[in-house]
Amino acid sequence: MTDQPLNAIERMATVKQERMNARLKQRYNRERRFKAYGIASISAGLAFLAVLLVTIFSAGIPAFQSTFIQLDVTYDPDALYIDDASDPEQLRFADFDNAVRQSLLARFPDVTGRNETRALMSLISTASGYTIRDRLTENPDLLGQSETLWLMADDDLDLVLNGTIDRTLPESERRVSDLELTWIDDWDASGELDRRFNTTFFTRGDSRDPETAGVWGAVVGSFYTLVVTLALSFPIGVAAAIYLEEFAPKNRLTEIIEVNINNLAAVPSIVFGLLGLAVFINFFGLPRSAPVVGGLVLTLMTLPTIIISARASIRAVPPSIRDAAMGLGASKMQVTLHHVLPLALPGMLTGTIIGMAQALGETAPLLMIGMVAFIVDIPQGFTDAATVLPVQVYIWSDSPERAFIAKTSAAIMVLLGFLALMNLLAVLLRRKFERRW
Amino acid sequence: MQTSTLIMIVLALTVGAYVLGRQRSVHLAQPLGGIKRLHSLPNYYGLMAAVWTGIPALVVLTIWSAFESSVITGTVLASLPASYADLSEARVGLVLSQIQNIGLGTIDGSELPDLAQAGELLASLNASSQFGKIALTIVIAILGGGYAWLRTSPALRARPQFELVLKGFFLLCSTIAIFTTIGIILSVLFESIRFFQSVPVFDFVFGTKWSPQIAIRADQVGSSGAFGAIPLFVGTLLIAAIALLVAVPLGLMSAVYLSEYANSRVRSVVKPLLEVLAGIPTVVYGFFAALTMAPLVRDFFQGIGMDGVSAESALAAGLVMGIMIIPFVSSLSDDVINAVPNSLRDGSYGLGATKSETIRQVVFPAALPGIMGGVLLAASRAIGETMIVVMAAGLAANLTVNPLQAVTTVTVQIATLLVGDQEFDSPKTLAAFALGLMLFITTLLLNIVAMSIVKRFREQYD
Repeated sequence: MTDQPLNAIERMATVKQERMNARLKQRYNRERRFKAYGIASISAGLAFLAVLLVTIFSAGIPAFQSTFIQLDVTYDPDALYIDDASDPEQLRFADFDNAVRQSLLARFPDVTGRNETRALMSLISTASGYTIRDRLTENPDLLGQSETLWLMADDDLDLVLNGTIDRTLPESERRVSDLELTWIDDWDASGELDRRFNTTFFTRGDSRDPETAGVWGAVVGSFYTLVVTLALSFPIGVAAAIYLEEFAPKNRLTEIIEVNINNLAAVPSIVFGLLGLAVFINFFGLPRSAPVVGGLVLTLMTLPTIIISARASIRAVPPSIRDAAMGLGASKMQVTLHHVLPLALPGMLTGTIIGMAQALGETAPLLMIGMVAFIVDIPQGFTDAATVLPVQVYIWSDSPERAFIAKTSAAIMVLLGFLALMNLLAVLLRRKFERRW
Repeated sequence: MQTSTLIMIVLALTVGAYVLGRQRSVHLAQPLGGIKRLHSLPNYYGLMAAVWTGIPALVVLTIWSAFESSVITGTVLASLPASYADLSEARVGLVLSQIQNIGLGTIDGSELPDLAQAGELLASLNASSQFGKIALTIVIAILGGGYAWLRTSPALRARPQFELVLKGFFLLCSTIAIFTTIGIILSVLFESIRFFQSVPVFDFVFGTKWSPQIAIRADQVGSSGAFGAIPLFVGTLLIAAIALLVAVPLGLMSAVYLSEYANSRVRSVVKPLLEVLAGIPTVVYGFFAALTMAPLVRDFFQGIGMDGVSAESALAAGLVMGIMIIPFVSSLSDDVINAVPNSLRDGSYGLGATKSETIRQVVFPAALPGIMGGVLLAASRAIGETMIVVMAAGLAANLTVNPLQAVTTVTVQIATLLVGDQEFDSPKTLAAFALGLMLFITTLLLNIVAMSIVKRFREQYD
C-alpha cells in the first residue's frame, strides 16, 4: 500500500528532473548562443576591416605601374617651327605636340584624317610634349636629328592593359575604340610597350591627367602642416598637462579648464574648421590654403588629446619619486621638471604621436580653410598654397576619370602607410619605456 | 624688415641677456666667496635676465602687429573727404585697395586727388609704423635687459621668481582650451546672428524646405533661397540612427566577449585590431562607402525587387559610419563593464547563474548608465561626422526617413556651402555658420549629458 504514493513521488521527481534537465539544456544553449553573438560581432568588425583593406589595396596596386610607349621622335625644325634650339624664346613657342603627332603618324603610316589622328594622339600622355621639350632644352644639338624615346602612355591605355577596360564589351560601351585597340595590340606585339614602376606618382604634384598626377605635393603639404601642429601642440599640451596635474589649485578656474578640455575632445572636427575660417582667415587675415593655418586648426583640434594623454602619464609617475626629490630640498618646479617630466616624457610622446596620426588623417576642417585646392606645384614653405594627403584623396575621389579610382586607392595606401608607421613608432616607444612601478 | 627678422633679433638679444645675466651673478658673487653666496644658481639669474629682455618686447610686438593694420586703415579712411563717408563694406575694400595701389605707385593717382592724398598718408603711416615697431621693440628689449642687469644681486631671489614666470606660462597654456571654446562660440555666433537678420530663426529651425541657392537675377529658375533646416536635421538623425543600430549591438557584444569570455591572448590580438578601425581616416571610409558600399546596397535592394533605390542612399553611409564607431562603443563599454565590481558577478555565480545570465541580468543593469553615456558620445560623433556623408550621402535635401533614398546632413551642407568661393555677406555662406552653431550646441549638450552620466557611474563603484 505504501508503494503507491512513493511511486507517485518518484514519478513526480523524474518529471521534475526531466524538466530541469530540459531547462538546463536550454540555458546552456542560450549561453552558447550568447557567446556566439560575441564572436560574430567581433568577426563582423574584423571582416569589414579585411574587406576594406583588400578592396582598397587591390584597387590601388595598378596605380603603382605606368605604361611607356617606344617612339622614334624626330626633332624636325619644320614640325617644331623653330630653327635654333638654344634660344629659350623659340623653345617656348615651339609645337612639341606636333613632333609627337608626326612620330606617331610615322609609326602608323595608314592613319589618315583628323579624327583618326586625334584618336592616335589620345593614346599618349598629354605630358609627352613637355618630355620632348625638356630633352631638347638639355641637348640643343638634337635639333634635326631623331632618337628613340620612351614616352608615357595615356591612362586609358593603362586601363586596357590591366584589364579595367573590358575588351569584350561592344565598342559603343567602351572608352577605347576598336581601332585604338588594334594600335595598342600592334605596339604590344612588337614590344614597344613597357610597364614600369610609376615614379611620377611619388615625385609630382596634382594633375588633371591621371597618368601625370602624383602625391608628392600632398605629402609635402601634410609634412609642413604636421610640423606646425607638432611645434605648437606638443609644448603647449605638455605645459598645460603639467599645470593641471602638478600646480592647479582646486578652484573654479581649474574646473572650467577641465570641462573645456573634455568637451573640446568631443567637438566635431568640422566646427574647428569653422573656427579657423572665421578667426584665422577672416579676422587675422592669414593666407588661405596655407599649411600654417591648417597646422593652427589641427593644433587646437589635437590639443585635448595630447593634454589628456600627457596628464595620464604624469599621473602614472608614483608620488614616492616626488616625495624623495622634495625631501632632498628640490622646489616644486624642480621636482616637476627634473624628476616627474623625464619619467612621464615617453608616455607623453606616445600620446603626441597618436594625436599627430589623428591630425594627419583629418580632412573636414581643412576643407573649410581652403586646403581643397587644385595645386600642381610642390609647396615650398609654410605659407604656400598646399593640400594634404587626405584632402588629395577627397579631391581625386571626386574626379570623373576612371583611372583616378586607382590613384585614389594608391594615395590611401600611402596615407595608411604613414599612419601605420606612426602608430608602430608609438607602440615601440611604449614597449621600450613602459615601466611598472 | 620682416616681423620674423625682428623676432629673431629679439631672440638673439634674449640669449645675449641670458649669458650676461649669468656672468654678472658669478662676477658679483666672486668677492663674497663664490657662487655659494648667491641665493640661486647662476643659471636662474641668466634666465631672469632673458625673461626681462624677451617677454615685454615680444608682448609689445604682438600687440603692435595685431592692431597695426586696423589703426592705419581707420586713420586713412577718416582722412578721406566727406563724400567717402558712407560707403558699403565692399566699396570700402575697393577704395582701400585703390589707395594701396596709389601708395605703391602701381596706379597713377593724378585723376583721383583725394585718393592720391590718402595713398601718400597710407605710405607714410606704413613707414612710420614699421619704424616705430622696430624701434619700440628693440628699445623695450634693451630697457628690460638693463633693468635685469641692475636688479641682479646676490640677494635676488632669482629661482622663485623664474619659477613663478614658468608657472604663469603653464597656466596660460592650459587656458587655451577656454579660449578655443570662446573662439568657436564667438565665430559661429556672430555670423549666425548676421544670418538670422536676413532669415528668421523660426523659418530656419522649423522650415521644411532647404535650397540655399540665391537667385542672382530675379527671373532665375530654381533659386528660391529657402533655408528650412528640418530636412537636414532629419537626414542627420536618420544616418546617425542607422550608424548606431550597427555600432551599438556590434560594439557592445564585442566588448562583452572581450572582457568576459576571451582569454588574455585573444584579447591582446583582437583589441588592437578592432582599434585599427578607429585609426583609419574618415576620408577612407567615405571613399569605401561611395565606391563599394553604395553600389552594393543599391544592387542588393534592386535584386530583391525594390525600385527607387538611390545611388547615394542613407543606408550605405550609415552602415559604414556604424562600422567606424564600433571601436568607440566597444572601448567605452569595455571600460564600464570592467568597472562593475567582481563581487556582483561572484554573487550571481553563487546562485547558480550561467555566465550569460550573469552578464544579462547583473552586469548589464549595473553598467547600463555607463553604456548609455557611451552611446550618447557615439551619437554625438555620428552627428558630427563629415567626410563619410560628404562623399557617400547626397546633396539633395529630401525630407524622408526612407533609408534607401538620398538625404543630406548638416555637416554635408556646411562643407558644400563653405568650399569654394565665399562672400561673407550672402545668407548662403552665413547659413553654414548657423548650421555650425546648431551642430555645436547639439554635440555639446550630448557630450555634457553623456560625460555626467559616465562620471556618476564611475563614482558609484569607486
